[in-house]
Amino acid sequence: MGPYNDLNSFQLDILREVGNIGAGHAATSLSQLLNRRIVMEVPEARIASLTEVTEWIGGAEQLVAAVFLRIEGDVTGGMFLIVSIEEANSLIAYLTGNSEISLKNEPGLSALQEAGNILAGSYLSSLSDFTKLEMKASPPELIVDMAGAILASGLTETSRFGEQAILIETSFCEWDEIRGRFLFLPDPDAVPTVFKALGVCANE
Amino acid sequence: MSSVQSVVRIGIAEIGVAVFPKVIRTVGLGSCVGVVVYDSSLKTAAMAHVMLPDSSLAKGMVSNSAKFADCAVQELVEILKRKGSAGKGLKSKIAGGAQMFKLKMGSESTRIGPRNVEEIKKQLRRFHIHLEAADVGGSSGRTIEFDTDNEILTVRTVHQGTLEI
Repeated sequence: MGPYNDLNSFQLDILREVGNIGAGHAATSLSQLLNRRIVMEVPEARIASLTEVTEWIGGAEQLVAAVFLRIEGDVTGGMFLIVSIEEANSLIAYLTGNSEISLKNEPGLSALQEAGNILAGSYLSSLSDFTKLEMKASPPELIVDMAGAILASGLTETSRFGEQAILIETSFCEWDEIRGRFLFLPDPDAVPTVFKALGVCANE
Repeated sequence: MSSVQSVVRIGIAEIGVAVFPKVIRTVGLGSCVGVVVYDSSLKTAAMAHVMLPDSSLAKGMVSNSAKFADCAVQELVEILKRKGSAGKGLKSKIAGGAQMFKLKMGSESTRIGPRNVEEIKKQLRRFHIHLEAADVGGSSGRTIEFDTDNEILTVRTVHQGTLEI
């Protein structure tokens, strides 16, 4: 039994809207950063077991580049910007305007980390404005490794509450070359705070 | 040995057992630790994918002993006993416990990998289980597979290749 068995579809819709607002602003930032049109997909919000979360991105062993930020304040949780290796390299090439720069060298790693920081920053600040709740992000950290290892390590705080996590996922893409996902995983005890701030019953 | 082996897969914070000729495997260990406890005489191995060092970290009820280092080893021994083990001369191999993030995340998340490893070693001593091999620490994710036949634990990483311990 997890703590979220009683989240109803209306509440999941609210969380989806949270993802919509946050990722919408982040996509706008990315669009300005790249001077390109970014298409955002409809967010998904779901309750998933820890194993399901780590299996999400094409399997726990899938090699990915992830920028992780821990969120502290009125709302706590984890935020990941996840891209495949090819997509990370395209994104870096666009950001720097130099196709020689990639995940293999320091300028490429810095560029991707900073992009993650800007995108997560605009995601969080729009949510913070919308809910009037404080959300501070830790410095971003870029990791290139197995998706499962990264996600599980970012979920240690969440795992203290039980076997499940709330996953708010939004994908974005720039036609075919750049594609990525935002995962926002609020800690279980932060969710009633978000609902309360938005005037939604948290069925306590 | 047949090239088609059946594999028992262990998810995060899960526990399971494999009897020869099966192999047992868990993927994507970061700060988590994969613990294998096995009984050579039965060619039987139990594995847990441990996430947190101490069940006192749980907020609310502890519903899953596989998740916590201080509970998982006992559970592994009990599983082997249910498979017919006398519980004597058990051996162990462990891998994982990396520090994936440099930053400090929440008060209890600091050094979670090394703390998982320390607690598991302590529990192995408590149950008189000999630690045969370990590949722990560092900053890389690992996937592990234990072969119940030759007792080799294969550890695969993205950046450092594959290791057999």
